[in-house]
Amino acid sequence: MSENIIEIKNLTKKFKDFMAVDSITFNVKKGEIFAFLGPNGAGKTTTIKMLTTLANPTSGDILINGYDPTKQQKEARASFGIVFQDPSLDDDLTAYENLNLHGMLYGVKIKDRRERIKQLMSFVELWDRKDDLVKHFSGGMKRRLEIARGFLHHPKVLFLDEPTIGLDPQTRNHIWTYLKKMNKEEGTTVFLTTHYMEEADKVSDRIAIIDHGKIVAQGTSEELKASTKTNSLEDAFLALTGKAIREETVKNQAMSGRARAWRR
Amino acid sequence: MAKIKNMIAIYTLWVREIKKYFRSKSRIIGSLGQPILFLVALGFGLGPIFKAAGQGDYIQFLVPGIISMSILFLAIFSGISVIWDRQFGFLKETLVAPVPRWQIMLGRTLGGATVALLQGVIVFLISFLAGFKLQSFGLLALAFVFMFLIALLFTALGTGIASILEDMHGFQLIMNFLVMPIFFLSGALFPLKGLPKVLETIVRFDPLAYGVDGLRGTLGGVAQFGLFNDFAILSIIVVILISLGSYLFSKIQV
Repeated sequence: MSENIIEIKNLTKKFKDFMAVDSITFNVKKGEIFAFLGPNGAGKTTTIKMLTTLANPTSGDILINGYDPTKQQKEARASFGIVFQDPSLDDDLTAYENLNLHGMLYGVKIKDRRERIKQLMSFVELWDRKDDLVKHFSGGMKRRLEIARGFLHHPKVLFLDEPTIGLDPQTRNHIWTYLKKMNKEEGTTVFLTTHYMEEADKVSDRIAIIDHGKIVAQGTSEELKASTKTNSLEDAFLALTGKAIREETVKNQAMSGRARAWRR
Repeated sequence: MAKIKNMIAIYTLWVREIKKYFRSKSRIIGSLGQPILFLVALGFGLGPIFKAAGQGDYIQFLVPGIISMSILFLAIFSGISVIWDRQFGFLKETLVAPVPRWQIMLGRTLGGATVALLQGVIVFLISFLAGFKLQSFGLLALAFVFMFLIALLFTALGTGIASILEDMHGFQLIMNFLVMPIFFLSGALFPLKGLPKVLETIVRFDPLAYGVDGLRGTLGGVAQFGLFNDFAILSIIVVILISLGSYLFSKIQV
């Protein structure tokens, strides 16, 4: 029995008239790459928000690295890193400044901070662009920088919410390589969501599938394929969640549209 | 040890505001346009009437009001920038950091207030070109204290408001129904003596009135409410708004 780094029990989030997450229970083992899959609006992002102290659960229990994010916020926050679905860098700061700010907020000591920033920025191949303002970066570069930032404070778990969305195959390939390497070398547990089933199949040790706020299946890719008698994870996913197209109910969708309009 | 760590989070966000200010030259120059226009158009336009009414030199009277105005607008704007950070995503980065939210709020507010203070100082220096004369150097330090109090007060107010709003749609509402009335009813442009009773009462509830009054008192004019009262009232409101702002900020869910 390996140790669990994340334990979720009967976790529920209810918005006024809508059950976003409906009593889900699952564990993530220390050191594994865990894929959390589901159609749009299934409750993935809401779950990640609850795990990362950005939203309060309606009910249920969460433990991250042994801490309850609703009560031991500081300890829980120090335990994880996160790459959000939408960009979360400060465009008016340089790449280096963005990482430095992160390191300072996380209390990384100056010597370690400097070394770590250099190591990680070289790792994601951005060290030669360290003094450029982030607003001049492409989407792929921003993503790579955010991944470097996520690892900066030596987190026990790194959450990634659709880290490869909208990126070209080269960048996607690179990103998975970084993640696997860091997972191996530093033992960081990786918790990710993605819509690219092939990628999830390739990188993840275990998978949970959520639909309409409920966990509909979990196990290794092989187990999911076997239980649905399918040959690919994509087919298994469709067999489990059906073929109907989902409504986007996430309000962020509207928000990011407005954000663009306000960009100066 | 824990204390030092606290300071670092506040300091980090303070530095961020300052850096962003100095990097955005268009913002610095852009926000100087309005105070200069007011100074020239009103200062020289209404100057003769003010003098004819036996009130003395209008520029001398107006400058503390215009400094207060520029601080008010920049401070509110700095506070409101929480909404921008929310939309561009950076806010989340600070919200998941292992730092109490009130420290994030305080760092941002101190940074925004410092920026607004700098803007006030620039306007103060420009006002000499418009013919402003400093009556005494003795109270100059106190004048800067008043400028900073105004800056803190309205940055905290802006941050508090922005913590409740989800997007910029409410911005016009805030400008027209809060910021503009705060400015026009503060006595920045006209003396508070001999106002109709209703207006006088409203002015008493306008926090900027005490800022303008204090600044006017320290820059060589007469403080209607008394410098000590101005200072005390402003300080109390600052403490209340920072506490309230921190509370609202800590309740943000994204």
